[in-house]
Amino acid sequence: MLIKTTRACDIHESEVTDESLYLARRKFMQGAAALAGASMLPASYLWPGSARAAIQLENIGKSGFSSTEELNSFEDITSYNNFYELGLKKGDPKRNADRLITEPWSIRVEGECDKPGDYDLEDFIASPKLEERIYRLRCVEAWSMVIPWVGVELGPLLKRFEPNSRAKYVQFFTLHDPKNLPGQRRSVLDWPYREGLRMDEAMHPLTILAVGLYGKELPNQNGAPLRLVVPWKYGFKSIKSIVRIRFSASEPATSWNQSAPREYGFYSNVNPAVNHPRWSQKRERRIGEILKRKTLPFNGYAEQVADLYAGMDLKKHF
Amino acid sequence: MQVWILKNISEQTFGMRLGKLFIFVACLIPLVCYGYWFFTDALGANPIEAITRRAGDWALRFLLITLAISPLRKLTGWHGLARYRRMLGLFTFFYVCVHLSLYITLDKFFDLAEIIEDVIDRLFITVGFISFVLLIPLAVTSTNRMVDILQHRWTQLHRLVYVVAMLAVLHFWWMVKIDTREPAIYAGILAVLLGFRLTFYLKRRVLPTN
Repeated sequence: MLIKTTRACDIHESEVTDESLYLARRKFMQGAAALAGASMLPASYLWPGSARAAIQLENIGKSGFSSTEELNSFEDITSYNNFYELGLKKGDPKRNADRLITEPWSIRVEGECDKPGDYDLEDFIASPKLEERIYRLRCVEAWSMVIPWVGVELGPLLKRFEPNSRAKYVQFFTLHDPKNLPGQRRSVLDWPYREGLRMDEAMHPLTILAVGLYGKELPNQNGAPLRLVVPWKYGFKSIKSIVRIRFSASEPATSWNQSAPREYGFYSNVNPAVNHPRWSQKRERRIGEILKRKTLPFNGYAEQVADLYAGMDLKKHF
Repeated sequence: MQVWILKNISEQTFGMRLGKLFIFVACLIPLVCYGYWFFTDALGANPIEAITRRAGDWALRFLLITLAISPLRKLTGWHGLARYRRMLGLFTFFYVCVHLSLYITLDKFFDLAEIIEDVIDRLFITVGFISFVLLIPLAVTSTNRMVDILQHRWTQLHRLVYVVAMLAVLHFWWMVKIDTREPAIYAGILAVLLGFRLTFYLKRRVLPTN
């Protein structure tokens, strides 16, 4: 099994900047910007489709958990999305991005904890230190990307709400706003979208809440203003646009599991050995590549997370 | 009737040849467009998935267009339409082959074990594969010579196309994850086309006794 051990010194700090310059240049070549001004414009002006000019995030630290693989382009990451609230086709979320209203935004914390309540986004994050986490994202549909998320570790953030001893799981809910979100007017899933983690999964240092990507605020189609990222699980576990978090004693309901329990389990760890009725999970197409590559157990994060599941039959708990 | 029409195709006027040339070129438009968009990187982040799906879409569309010829002929009385049916049928087979080749090469990279696993384990691929296999004898027996040799059995054999069409729609229906609107449209069109044939068949059986 090929697992790269990542060290802090592995990160090419120029990667992100390189990508934006590259995209700016490409746009320039397409004649979208005037010759002289192209390199002066903030990159967000050159990217069509984001609902508003994305704000550059500051004081972003690096992380030893980051992958050193080649990044997918901002264009690919923001134009090929599964976000059914904004439409069912991959291009729909970008097209309908402005239907998601992210201001004001608050998060309700409830269930088995000592500090429940409604928190404004800023109070909820309450961390001056954002980190860049370059993670592989493996979709259950057998494609993958490498994405430079910006966010905070979920564990320390959850601890602030003082989950009690009965809290064994944590459940997340996406915004429910059928008046604005076109996808929620059709009952393809039981809205609002919900996901869940076991407490130890939520506390694992790889698990983050992302507020940005490529150094800027999250575009709406990627789950603004706040989304979960669990890199060793299939992408649908990484719930977008979170408004509610509930600590619970028993395993919470999760949307795709409710929709098709034989296809999508609660755990949904990336596992090439578990056959899916729709897609072989043995291989994946890295977006941008032609031939598929082998899918790694736990999406290549086995070294960090495999012991969370010691003694469990992962074919049964898929 | 069937045999008569097909045999007379060999005696073509200039107008018929022009009509065929026109249809032939029109049938190539999807191939040319998607080929061009593929090589100019205009198909989004996952172009391989896009061309594979679109080839499948067009195979199904050509199949339904082919199946629409007979009802249209009866409704409009324009019997010359039958002349184009074979070409449309063969284009159906052509787009099916493109669809399947893309799956075998770019999706599976000739991994026979995985392809067999797909055909056995994934019901939507099972029915898709069966519909492809059933199309082969229809394509092979599409020549005038085969019509001559098989006579009335040719007509019987080519009724297989109804099974192929139903399996093709099922293939699409079971492939989609959750949004069945698009396959439902194809299913609806197929139901109308088959319904027309059923009504026509029943009428023909009932009317003489009236």
